[in-house]
Amino acid sequence: MVELVEIIAKALVDNPEEVVVNQVEGEQSVILELRVSPDDMGKVIGKQGRIAKAIRTVVKAAAAKEGKRVVVEIIQ
Amino acid sequence: MKVIEKTGRSVEEAVESALNELNAKREDVEIEILEEPSRGIFGILSKPARVKVYLKPDLEDIAFRFISKILTAMKVNVSIDLKRKDNQLYINLFGPNLGLLIGKRGQTLDALQYLVSLVVNKHSKDYIRVIIDGEGYRKRREKTLERLASKLAKKAKLTGKKIVLEPMPPHERRIIHTALQKDPKVYTHSEGEEPFRKVIISLK
Repeated sequence: MVELVEIIAKALVDNPEEVVVNQVEGEQSVILELRVSPDDMGKVIGKQGRIAKAIRTVVKAAAAKEGKRVVVEIIQ
Repeated sequence: MKVIEKTGRSVEEAVESALNELNAKREDVEIEILEEPSRGIFGILSKPARVKVYLKPDLEDIAFRFISKILTAMKVNVSIDLKRKDNQLYINLFGPNLGLLIGKRGQTLDALQYLVSLVVNKHSKDYIRVIIDGEGYRKRREKTLERLASKLAKKAKLTGKKIVLEPMPPHERRIIHTALQKDPKVYTHSEGEEPFRKVIISLK
């Protein structure tokens, strides 16, 4: 799941080397923390969060297959 | 984007040497002429031609590699068929796990399509429209939406009230508008902000 978020984020941003994804195990769900360069925040969030929503939709589909609940958080 | 600058006695010669160095064909590049050659007087003050040659990225390859990486990371076994026609890129997916990739009302397919479109257009000067379909899902959805449109138009005519549809993405709204365009009694328009924009069917 970490890898999936990394692949998507790295393809969208201008500074792929600054993309970091951390997995944090929560009580019922897995949290994936996505960090990108401050200049690239817009590239992973988008207008009205449209890009962030698309990333979450794809990750959710992958997680559903494994019967997990995954939350993608974009961290400043 | 890879770019090099070259000089030569003529523009042609400069371009030729750039193509050689990039190991590319003419249709793979864009050429900007920086300076036409000038002969000068008696061979003095003569200037060579100067050109800038941009190697166009292979968008099909970018799209293909991006999708296959995503599908591998999702651990789904799906084949990808990719076709380019002018500024449209059609990507067809097929395989056993397709339901998962389509999602509820195609939302996963739409998300995937949006992400691929962003990545492709990041590398392209002209806008490329990316369409991802999964085993004819979009065709079937089109038929469903057309049926829905005519059913709701009938209801509008019967009740005399306007009908507000649920929020839809742009391509689905377009299907509704097109389906009812020729109906002389109703009129359609959209209201609201993306992603909650919805079609409204009203009587003329």
